[in-house]
Amino acid sequence: MTISCLRSKDLLGTEGLSADEIALILDTAEALRPIGERPIKKVPALRGRMVVNLFFEASTRTRFSFETAEKWLSADALSFAAKGSSVEKGESLLDTARNLQAMSPDLIVIRHSCPGVPHFLARNLRAGVVNAGDGAHEHPTQALLDALTIRRRFGRLEGLRIAITGDITHSRVARSNVWLLKRMGASVVLCAPPTLLPPRIEEMGVEATTDFDAALEGADVVMMLRMQLERQGASLFPSAREYYKRYGLTAARLGRAKPEAVVMHPGPMNRGVEIASDVADSARSLILEQVSNGVAVRMAVLYLLLTGHTWEGETA
Amino acid sequence: MSEPLLVKGGRVVDPAAGRDGTFDLLLRGGVVVEVGSPLSAGGAKILDAAGLLVFPGFIDLHAHLREPGREQAETVATGLKAAAAGGFTAVCAMPNTDPVNDSRAISEYLVSKARGAAGPRLYPIGAVTRGQAGVDLAEFGEMQIGGVVAVSDDGKWLADGALLRRAFEHARLFGLPVIQHCEDPSLSGGAPMHEGAVSTRLGLPGQPAIAEAAAVARDLLVAEVSGGRLHVAHLSTARALELVREARARGLRVTCEVTPHHLTLTDEEIARSSFSTSYKMNPPLREPSDCAALAAGLEDGTVDAVATDHAPHHEDDKALDFETAPFGVVGLETAAAVVYDRLVRTGRLSLGRFAEVFSAGPARALDLPGGTLAPGAPANVTLFDPQRRWRVDASRFESLSRNTPFEGWDLVGAPAATIVEGRVVWKRET
Repeated sequence: MTISCLRSKDLLGTEGLSADEIALILDTAEALRPIGERPIKKVPALRGRMVVNLFFEASTRTRFSFETAEKWLSADALSFAAKGSSVEKGESLLDTARNLQAMSPDLIVIRHSCPGVPHFLARNLRAGVVNAGDGAHEHPTQALLDALTIRRRFGRLEGLRIAITGDITHSRVARSNVWLLKRMGASVVLCAPPTLLPPRIEEMGVEATTDFDAALEGADVVMMLRMQLERQGASLFPSAREYYKRYGLTAARLGRAKPEAVVMHPGPMNRGVEIASDVADSARSLILEQVSNGVAVRMAVLYLLLTGHTWEGETA
Repeated sequence: MSEPLLVKGGRVVDPAAGRDGTFDLLLRGGVVVEVGSPLSAGGAKILDAAGLLVFPGFIDLHAHLREPGREQAETVATGLKAAAAGGFTAVCAMPNTDPVNDSRAISEYLVSKARGAAGPRLYPIGAVTRGQAGVDLAEFGEMQIGGVVAVSDDGKWLADGALLRRAFEHARLFGLPVIQHCEDPSLSGGAPMHEGAVSTRLGLPGQPAIAEAAAVARDLLVAEVSGGRLHVAHLSTARALELVREARARGLRVTCEVTPHHLTLTDEEIARSSFSTSYKMNPPLREPSDCAALAAGLEDGTVDAVATDHAPHHEDDKALDFETAPFGVVGLETAAAVVYDRLVRTGRLSLGRFAEVFSAGPARALDLPGGTLAPGAPANVTLFDPQRRWRVDASRFESLSRNTPFEGWDLVGAPAATIVEGRVVWKRET
């Protein structure tokens, strides 16, 4: 490890992270991970620190994952689900930020449907800001937990071929993964039907294809994205049936990937839409491990941002 | 009328009169009386213009002065003060106020407000349809009596082709141009930025360039069949410019304007600034190839005018997320300087064309007085200091709003004084 802290007070995306910073977060997550395997899942590392979880958009697993990480590290956590909050009543974001600041939180974890909102808060708050998903822009802790999961399986990220398939247009998971995986020396191929592949995506430095079989060819990791039918509407893809035929991951299709290839999914899954149940539940699936690693990665991010130094064990 | 004024020793750049050189300018009775070198004052007050450029008064074809309805963002008085400080001697006011300017009464109200402000002239632009609702035509003739110089539903493109055709036909009765904000909403989806590599990277919805080009193409066809005069507002894409160029070559009566921000900024600013809403406007910032095409069009004459699309918004309204924040940036106080510094000084725009696109070009597009300093012309003059070095600082704007995309820019060249009908309405101190 060549560095001992992150450069910024915020984690807004993976786009700006250096390889050293990514490695630091993953190594820290690795060190913190055993906390979750003990009978008493709590260390006093962040005692007296206040973290506010601000979720302007529905979320179950990301919010639970952050809250779990906060509890295990003994931070004081406060969660807002912002539906029905003052923001919905027309309070400006700047006022929201100032009101939050007045309560002196140490860190804000925010999810919002619009790209850039975490950046806006970060500019206007002394507290650190963690982006827990901003529209279709970034979801850095998801990419970090994906990277941890891949690294634990393969021992490395460099040189791997990762195929990400699904609604790329609306996917913050895809974008955050692209930045991170490229930075760590992996190659990424993005696959989607033409209506869900955004223009000029290859300018992010990835391959892009509409041919699922071609995308799977030689892949080490097959990452499937949720078909967000609630966001897409019928005009972007006619039906789940039509989607599954062309882009659903079945055992037969998975045969095109490398024999040791693994299957991942950020959840929540639509069984029978983007992924067949037998594949999701197979030994090659790392989907539940991703969830466990999510808590470890979030502990690492919270710890690094709030203490400004590396984890030195429990006496630290 | 004001006392006689002798503008002495400046470099007069007046392409419409075929004049470029050091001349004195005698203004009396609201008109240019004599241009010569040298002229004797003969009792006239002297304004020393040595070292300055002397242009026919700048005219802005496209400003939102917000009055009536949103006076905390701008008023006629503050908007015209900002215009004067930007070297503009006349401003055309878009009708998207509250209530909408779709009547003679509101037009007259605006003109009288402007008279009271005793600054640049205000020319109202009336709505094409009542309430800008896109259904029934407004009274073009009545509005014209009230001072209206063109009609436009402004931000709302007339999507109904038959209605646009009738608007062109009816406008012919009064010789009024129809100004269109060319954006096909079925293609643009009202997206907050330009569609391209940057929108993809940022995960923001984008409006494709063809949303503008398709609207321009349709409007040109309708203008052609109805014999109307089309003026394309804030043209922003290379493709749409190409369509205008072709149409003009075929002899169509079509004119167009571009803004300083579309000439000098691209969608990359949104990424660089981490989603600053100071870069959110409609049409959105495009790509470097579009900027280059617009600059070329400005020089070769395809583009008639630089217009500001001055769109003041109160700070509170812009302090929102990128998708929710309103479109628009202010421009009156930076337009001439930005274009001078970034296009003239870099050799991409000749000084003669600079003069034209700020004066004679806009005057011709909407048949407005001015555009030249020939004897007999209105005594509207813009003095410009080509040496002045300054930094854009929105806190010092005359405008009530601060939403500029040029904050912090270091510029060379700035307006020095603004003369309207022979009277100095603004002069830089020091």
